[in-house]
Amino acid sequence: MQKKDLGLAVLVLVVATVVAAINPRFLSPINLANTANLIGLYGLFTIAEAFVIVTAGIELSVGSVIALVGVLFVDLIVVQEVPWPLAMIIVLILGAVLGMIHGLLVTRLKLQPFVVTLCGLLIYRGIARFYTKDGTAGFSFGDEFPLLEWLVSGRTGGVPHSIMAFGAVAVVAWFVLHRTVFGRHLFAVGKNAEAAHFAGINTTRVIVLAYVICMVLTALSAIFFAMYTRSIQPSSHGNFYELYGIAAAVLGGFSLRGGEGSVVGAVLGVILLQMLQNLVNLLGIPSSLNFAVMGGVILIGVITDNQVARYRSRRQQAKALSALETSMRAELLAADRSK
Amino acid sequence: MLKDVRTRIDLSLNRVTKVYPGVIALQNVDMSIRGGEVVGLIGENGAGKSTLMKVLGGVIVPDGGAIVIDGVQLPALTPAEAAKQGIAFVHQELNPFTNLDVAANVLLGREKTSGPFRLLDRAGMSRDVEPILRRLGTRFGPDDSVAALSLADQQLLEIARALSMAARLVIFDEPTASLTLAETQTLLEVIRQLKAEGVAILFITHRLTEIEAVADRVVVLRDGRNAGALARHEIDRDRMVRMMIGRDAGQFFEKHDHAAREPLLEIKGLTTTAYPDARVDLTVRAGEILGLAGLVGAGRTEVARAVFGVDRRLAGQVMLDGAPLPDTVAGVISAGLCLVPENRKEEGLFLDFSFAENISLPSLARMARAGFVDRRGETGLAEHARHNFSIKAPVLTRAVAELSGGNQQKVVLAKWLAMDPKMMIVDEPTRGIDIGAKAEVYRVMQSLAGNGVGILMISSDMEEVIGVSDRVAVMCRGEVAGILGPNEVTEEAILHLAVG
Repeated sequence: MQKKDLGLAVLVLVVATVVAAINPRFLSPINLANTANLIGLYGLFTIAEAFVIVTAGIELSVGSVIALVGVLFVDLIVVQEVPWPLAMIIVLILGAVLGMIHGLLVTRLKLQPFVVTLCGLLIYRGIARFYTKDGTAGFSFGDEFPLLEWLVSGRTGGVPHSIMAFGAVAVVAWFVLHRTVFGRHLFAVGKNAEAAHFAGINTTRVIVLAYVICMVLTALSAIFFAMYTRSIQPSSHGNFYELYGIAAAVLGGFSLRGGEGSVVGAVLGVILLQMLQNLVNLLGIPSSLNFAVMGGVILIGVITDNQVARYRSRRQQAKALSALETSMRAELLAADRSK
Repeated sequence: MLKDVRTRIDLSLNRVTKVYPGVIALQNVDMSIRGGEVVGLIGENGAGKSTLMKVLGGVIVPDGGAIVIDGVQLPALTPAEAAKQGIAFVHQELNPFTNLDVAANVLLGREKTSGPFRLLDRAGMSRDVEPILRRLGTRFGPDDSVAALSLADQQLLEIARALSMAARLVIFDEPTASLTLAETQTLLEVIRQLKAEGVAILFITHRLTEIEAVADRVVVLRDGRNAGALARHEIDRDRMVRMMIGRDAGQFFEKHDHAAREPLLEIKGLTTTAYPDARVDLTVRAGEILGLAGLVGAGRTEVARAVFGVDRRLAGQVMLDGAPLPDTVAGVISAGLCLVPENRKEEGLFLDFSFAENISLPSLARMARAGFVDRRGETGLAEHARHNFSIKAPVLTRAVAELSGGNQQKVVLAKWLAMDPKMMIVDEPTRGIDIGAKAEVYRVMQSLAGNGVGILMISSDMEEVIGVSDRVAVMCRGEVAGILGPNEVTEEAILHLAVG
């Protein structure tokens, strides 16, 4: 665990303790389970976002994809009567295709990730609304998918399955990002794509794969969201979710310049953001201030992180310089003696 | 790790030619190199050195001629083939991955894995890299963070990378451009050691003293052709310069004692953000070129930035021509002080702007009529500058990104001279530019000084500091450690002051 993550973990604990002290309901099983469920739901697409951010990219279409995929998934199983496992596979593949398109536009046509995914945000939202004729997609009375519902929105021993899924995804993501060659290459490409290319890394493949992973995970989270809300308003479902994801990842130490970040940090970022939401409710802060509280905390977090990094790099420079001086002094001394 | 397992390389280029639309980059160039030999490759910018390098790296395919490696004739190499033959590069612009550790940088793209999930074998990678670092005698280990390494250490990291690929030929492209003298010495020592181990070294540099120190032979290119070659005993500075530019170079300048002239720029007790506990006192007199020497990181650039108003001055007083100097960039410029910054490409120029737009930028407001850009005046200014500085820019509307480094630097100088400054600070004015352009930059500085402009020149190039400056101030850990007069300036004296 990096120092940064440790700091964030401490912050999470402090906030939790304070909230619990002020309002003991925070620790009630119902509240904990609800918060955990939301952490799981938001966590899935935060991890997704992190894969793209580490390559110095950004994925703005997450919310729209959650709406589009949600609408399609519900339509597939309810109206088209496709067996749900097959429907799941179909939407995950759709996610992969969208990710591949984004990745190829970014790498092959050298378009800016912001622009590509901004267009995605607009296009997918539009398609979702058109497809449903701006109506709500949902389950009607009598539509029942007991196994699917149990799998996705059920609980085992009081623990929501969504957070379990998030946990599993996070563990795999941790291994992929921090312990595999592909992960190493993601960090290298994010830091300096050109130098990575010269080191023999297939940067196109690495970046495309990052967008594919991102969109597949987004599609997965879309299924969870669809089953959680059970009815999808295509014009508002998933609005701003990409920004939640980006915020949580940044709070967790991912840099939008690429090449920095840890999965542990992103997980803690998601937890902190959801706790803040919960805190607003529990402490009786007007819920209209919700966004303001979140923004404030992220800003403070980023400023602190930035100051710590500056201090550290200054110290490192001073150390390198004094080492250099010492070695040169020794050289000069030797030269003087030999005269 | 690989002790001469592979045979020494024997490589030659026979009449290699590369033609680009409108320009012949290489014309029938011959060159050879063998294991255990250091060959210096010199030439002005645009002479064809980098094209030649790219041919060896397999990045470009020559239009004619052949490459012969160990007796096998090849029309061209591919990058993969070049790597297989053991040809490795240490590039001029270092771009280590500061977010990864040393071992990860050295083995990037060739990581070791283990287990059924092919996870990174980090311990194994450290084990592999360790002996290479030991061989180079580095101060850092395989698990250290790269963010903390000095430029010289980053250079060693690149070399370690080359060695880890079992290199038989290592091509150094201006490796010392941003190194201090001591770091350069270390690097040259490494080169000698590699040579002793049977590695062939192709050494590309603008610094001729290094060629003198380390090369067994020199190959000179000019305008894409062989301009001559020198054997070990023939290598001397004048010969090399003559071959490179095809004529004798201008000599260094006379030194002047300006003690009698009135002070122009007076820095009293200046404290910069980099060294909050240090104070800088410095005086530049009218018509004087004051060299500012010191190790990279000694706080020289910070003094320039604080004086120019880019960084905050924490304490102290800066006077120009007897009046306090404002602390904003705009104020400083209108008071008559200009800065030619260290990073030409980031701070000195707008690479996508045209030649004329770059030149006129500081003067725009002065020349504008009712807020409209005076386009004719702009063109006139650019024409004037192009002529005065003999800048090789065929079209005034072309982006300066297309100009050579030397010509770019002249553009930076020219844009300030259009402002008619009283005082100039130049930070590493000739870094990465060729010897012909260098001489012209010096000539401009000299003629400015002759007209009474004061010049503070920050430079890590010892030859330049000693050759060009009238006096030299040496900085160490944020303070001026001493000032050397015209007759006291020697390399040794500077170094002693620089390390405190």
